Amino acid sequence: MISVRGLSHRYGAAEALRLPDWRVAQGERWLVLGPSGCGKTTLLHVLAGLVRPSEGQVEVAGENLLKLEGARLDRWRATTVGIVLQALHLVKHLSVRDNLRLAQYLAKAPQDDARIDDTLGALGVGAKSARRPSELSQGEQQRVAIARAVVNRPKLVLADEPTANLDDASAATVIDLLAEQAARHGATLVVATHDARVKGKFRERLEL
Amino acid sequence: MNLATLSASYLRARPLNTALSVILLALGVATIVLLLLVVGQAEERMQRDARGIDLVVGAKGSPMQLMLAGIYHLDAPAGNIPLTAAQALAKHRFIRKAIPLALGDSWKGHRIVGADKAYADHYGAELREGRFYQKPMEAVLGAEAAARSGIGVGGTFKGAHGLGSEGDEHEDAYTVVGVLARSNSVIDRLVLTSIESVWQLHEEHQQPKAEAREVTVVLVQYASPLAAATLPRQINSQSELQAASPAYETARLFSIVGVGIDALRGFAAVLILAAGLSVFIALYSALEERRYELALMRTLGASPGKLFGLLIGEAFVLSLLGVALGLLLGHGLASLLGAWLERQQHYPVTGLEWRPEELWVAGIALGVGVVAAIVPAWRAYRTDVSRTLAQG
Repeated sequence: MISVRGLSHRYGAAEALRLPDWRVAQGERWLVLGPSGCGKTTLLHVLAGLVRPSEGQVEVAGENLLKLEGARLDRWRATTVGIVLQALHLVKHLSVRDNLRLAQYLAKAPQDDARIDDTLGALGVGAKSARRPSELSQGEQQRVAIARAVVNRPKLVLADEPTANLDDASAATVIDLLAEQAARHGATLVVATHDARVKGKFRERLEL
Repeated sequence: MNLATLSASYLRARPLNTALSVILLALGVATIVLLLLVVGQAEERMQRDARGIDLVVGAKGSPMQLMLAGIYHLDAPAGNIPLTAAQALAKHRFIRKAIPLALGDSWKGHRIVGADKAYADHYGAELREGRFYQKPMEAVLGAEAAARSGIGVGGTFKGAHGLGSEGDEHEDAYTVVGVLARSNSVIDRLVLTSIESVWQLHEEHQQPKAEAREVTVVLVQYASPLAAATLPRQINSQSELQAASPAYETARLFSIVGVGIDALRGFAAVLILAAGLSVFIALYSALEERRYELALMRTLGASPGKLFGLLIGEAFVLSLLGVALGLLLGHGLASLLGAWLERQQHYPVTGLEWRPEELWVAGIALGVGVVAAIVPAWRAYRTDVSRTLAQG
């Protein structure tokens, strides 16, 4: 599913960030652990095709990402990867339902209200679909963000510090929900975190 | 969801910025549309009223005044000319048609024009009711004059000396014997009577001899284009006569009024440019705040081109609203102005008419709005997703 070899990335004049070689099989659940600035976010962005590494080989879901460019890379990302970000980044001026619809629209997938309701329902926020993100609690917003990441049934779900802004109970719940949703759609899950509270959640771990 | 609904939903979330851009654009478009309607309709109307009239001959004075008084009945005539001079013109071999008019009185602001039937025939005005005048002190009302005064066939009225409503009334009353159908020409606003009526009223207190009778202007149509080269000069060389060419004088009038029109047009252009600037500032200043939103859309699979299109789409929706509102406003103002002018008995103006130039105005205003979005859209296109998200 994921194969990374000899990866390094350099931001401007800074020292190059070296990342270990790594293989992930379809359906596995991984935690990527390490302190801030160790390259967790960079690794996730490379896997999502948001950043082109300075060196190395990256293969995700059977695609050599270094060979995908421009609009084809965007298309691939839209249909293959679901991303949950640290700061929730729901679109403020769209309702919860339209935030999910936006994901379908940008992926050029059919705009399917039934699937949106199903996805929101599975995450326990089905009743909030007409609300604006600002009317939701942090925990609810994170659930909506997860719903949006999985609504297009991606093969790979990436989450970058998804628990950073949450209390203990919510943090555990979010990791469980991510695992549950990934399993529901048969997706591989990679969660990058430095949050000690969730370190023990998955068996597979990559320490950076 | 599509690009348009996505753009619109963002604009709805920022009502003040949206309203400012839309209103500025609408004001600019409305100003230009109003000018187009008013100037266009005035030009058309003046052309229609002067059709078939190559020359206005009257007393010496300002040629523009002669044209305004003789054809459009908007100004007071400078004086009269001897009837004999008018009769001599009618016999001139270069002249096909010569229509003498005797002016000087009015009724409730409508000019009373002494003329024979040839004057009404020239404008194709036909009787809607009654008959044409045969004896002195009989009158035929133009459609608008009849509608405004509420008097029909059989009614009587007294003319007032001069053109305003303040003049002294004459003692003898006119009897209305006919009403004309609307001809969409200057005739609609006039009261027609025979030249003899005008003479009779004014001889009461002057008692001139028959050979000293006068008319005010003669409307002349050439027999051949050759006449234009010689006839005006020939007439102007006679001491008591002056000839004015409506085509030339109208052009001169519009070149004088044109300075004001150009100034208004410039003002409208400034408004439209200000609207463009407002679109630019609204989109550009919001970019900082929207960085994450735009980066997020990239993570959801939006191409850079999609973000470019999104911002252009927002500008387009803004401009479309502004142009639509501006067209409505322009036509609404023209209708209001028309209603006001009708009470003032000037030229009619209507807002219920479209001019082809409005398409150009709409196109240019849309263009300005969209061009203003290019720089913000380009910055959105260049959003560095990874860096933006890493900073968040």
